[in-house]
Amino acid sequence: MIIRILGEGQLSVDDAETTVLNELDTKLASAVDAGDEASFRRALNELLAQVRAVGKPYPTDSLEPSELILPPEDASLAEVRQMMTDEGLIPG
Amino acid sequence: MSVMKRVTLIFRSKANKALDKYEDPRETLDYSYQRQLEMLQKVRRGVADVATSRKRVELQMNQIQQQSNKLEKQAKDALGAGREDLAREALTRRSSAQTQLSDLQTQYASLQAEEEKLTVASQRLQSKVDAFRTRKETIKATYTAAEAQTRINEAFSGISEEMGDVGMAVQRAEDKTAQMQARAGAIDELLASGALEDVSGGGPRDDIQAELDRMGAGNDVELELQKLKGELGSGSTPELEAGPPGQAQPQSTNTAPPRTASSNGEQAFPAADVGESALPSAEPPRTGDGT
Repeated sequence: MIIRILGEGQLSVDDAETTVLNELDTKLASAVDAGDEASFRRALNELLAQVRAVGKPYPTDSLEPSELILPPEDASLAEVRQMMTDEGLIPG
Repeated sequence: MSVMKRVTLIFRSKANKALDKYEDPRETLDYSYQRQLEMLQKVRRGVADVATSRKRVELQMNQIQQQSNKLEKQAKDALGAGREDLAREALTRRSSAQTQLSDLQTQYASLQAEEEKLTVASQRLQSKVDAFRTRKETIKATYTAAEAQTRINEAFSGISEEMGDVGMAVQRAEDKTAQMQARAGAIDELLASGALEDVSGGGPRDDIQAELDRMGAGNDVELELQKLKGELGSGSTPELEAGPPGQAQPQSTNTAPPRTASSNGEQAFPAADVGESALPSAEPPRTGDGT
């Protein structure tokens, strides 16, 4: 599957990696819910690091959409919360 | 809820809003392509803006570094002249300058990173826009309006995602740059206020230098004094005693008539008094001869 890390581009990731990514995603979600900046930062870094570790850069001239889109590395907790709602930062 | 899925969902729904604008979907291709070119312009402008901010910070870093060096030198000079108080003041200001400097270094690194990110984003978008243009021409040439829709949707989903990504990157860079410009403005004010001393000014605000200069000037005066004293010791004493005319003249006040006569006849004398003190002192004997 193709995963996009916002601000970095698309990566091709083997479907077998989904389980690990989901676990890291769950950790990130609970950090966002708890509003804990430190564990949020840690969880986001961990998730993105994992995607980068198992993913291969996808050709930039492809017009394929991504299956998953992840927040940018330097996104704040507040920004990620915004990106999870309709009033997010993402330009329409 | 899953962060990944939620962000993906929201992102996709927003990115796809630009679709379905025209009755003939092939027109949508051209419209979208225009928007892509605009976005390319925007991201390039973004790169230029960030670069401008970075250069401004660099300039400020150089200025503050110069001031820091100058303050260090002043501290040494002051200590050499036995003025520990001045040296302490210079070092205090230097430490404040160093704090500003390290703050600016952080900003500089952040702007540099932002610039690189946007540059890469711009390249990424460029290659997708190129791919889209090729696809667009193929679709327009090969398919009827009815057939085109599926193909167009395929081409769109990838490019609109990239547009959303780049658009967000530009927005974030703009926000950061705006914040830093506000701080850069504050640094400019700080520099102008003389709190860190303005090197280019070097004038009245620079009180440490003023004090050191004053001490330097003081030494010069001392030297001149020593020189004068030396001349006093070796030179002909009578001539020097006659030198200060203000004290020599009161003795001749008794001879009132000749004095008024001289002031009537030659007005220039009292005015040139200081420079030609030898001449008036030569006068009384002559008038004495007359009476």
